[in-house]
Amino acid sequence: MKVVHYLNQFFAGLGAEEAARHEPIRLEGPQGPGKGLVAAGLQVDITLACGDDYFGEHETEALGWLLDRLSDEAPDVLICGPAFGSGRYGYACGVLGREAARRGYAVVTAMTQDNPGVIAAEGAAYIVPTTSNVAGMRAALPTIADLATRLANGETIGSPEEEGYLPRGLRRNEIVERTAAARAVELLLAKIGGETRTEVAPSAGRVTPAPKVADISAATIALVTESGCVPLGNPDRLPTRHSNVWLRYRLDGVGSLGSDGYESVHAGFDTTAANVDPNRLVPLDAMRELERENAVGGLYEELFTTSGVDTPVAVAATFGCEMAEVLVSAGVRAVILTGT
Amino acid sequence: MGIATVVITALPTIAQMVGANRVLRGVSITHPTGDPSLGPAEERALRRRIVERALEMLATDVDPRTVWEVSS
Repeated sequence: MKVVHYLNQFFAGLGAEEAARHEPIRLEGPQGPGKGLVAAGLQVDITLACGDDYFGEHETEALGWLLDRLSDEAPDVLICGPAFGSGRYGYACGVLGREAARRGYAVVTAMTQDNPGVIAAEGAAYIVPTTSNVAGMRAALPTIADLATRLANGETIGSPEEEGYLPRGLRRNEIVERTAAARAVELLLAKIGGETRTEVAPSAGRVTPAPKVADISAATIALVTESGCVPLGNPDRLPTRHSNVWLRYRLDGVGSLGSDGYESVHAGFDTTAANVDPNRLVPLDAMRELERENAVGGLYEELFTTSGVDTPVAVAATFGCEMAEVLVSAGVRAVILTGT
Repeated sequence: MGIATVVITALPTIAQMVGANRVLRGVSITHPTGDPSLGPAEERALRRRIVERALEMLATDVDPRTVWEVSS
């Protein structure tokens, strides 16, 4: 059996955030978590690794290179991750897993259920759910190794419930003994008991595009960011990851986000360049310039900020609804939201 | 109704996946509205172009999950 394992720069030992722009690379044998797969009984032959930022910013090139290596190696199974709660890493695992699976490779990846990589995988790859941080490594690896071994051997894989992987959005006909009425009552009773269960997973919600702003030169515009941009020293202790809050900061009299007054505490990217000039995260200086020239009606005098690291989509959606409520009642017509 | 929002990010596919409708490609993951490789005046001019493009997108009706580039 031939096994190829995909990792990001960190887990492959190439470096931390400073190596996030590392080009894809082929390494012999198991690296990092690959050694855990070996301990779980799965021999890893080749490791492919890529910096998370490189993959995100050069997806076509990175993906093309990685798929070419798969074609050279012709593995029986590809394992990606685990990526845990990391959005960029999970996205790379999800995209590579999806594209490899569609080319006929058996693929197993692993990440949290809320990771954007789950959406990116589009049900093509098997995804083993994990905890949001690396503490869940030990629990995840044996499940990944077992599923990968059986896929490589061409064995039949059971349902998500039986096997412990995330639902792939596939439906398979089967005969059940209990009627729909009995099952519906069961689900209702479970819901009354506080547990929401379903036989059919809902699809992600979609928002209709808001209509255009008719006259930008008369509109109040707000700046919102998930880049973890806060006043220097992080006085309100915005969490650097897993943030359960978003914060508001007055911008009256602030013409530009200088490094003497602001910084990013985001734990999900290398903040070196941003902290030299936080306008690189939130374009306040440019907005002030356009405000002076009456190109916009005005800038809403508060910055809304959070750090979008390991943030479940559902939590982010709640933040968005809360922010929108404040902005709409303040008469704001449009938002510029920067993301890292 | 809703409130028009443009997301500036170097990862437009992720923004699209979670349902953002107005997406403008930013410079880089670590500095979406700046570029440390430029001189200060050039960088400020770039940032202004990015914001102007964002405003243009806010003033345009779009199809779901539209992505724009800064220069075009």
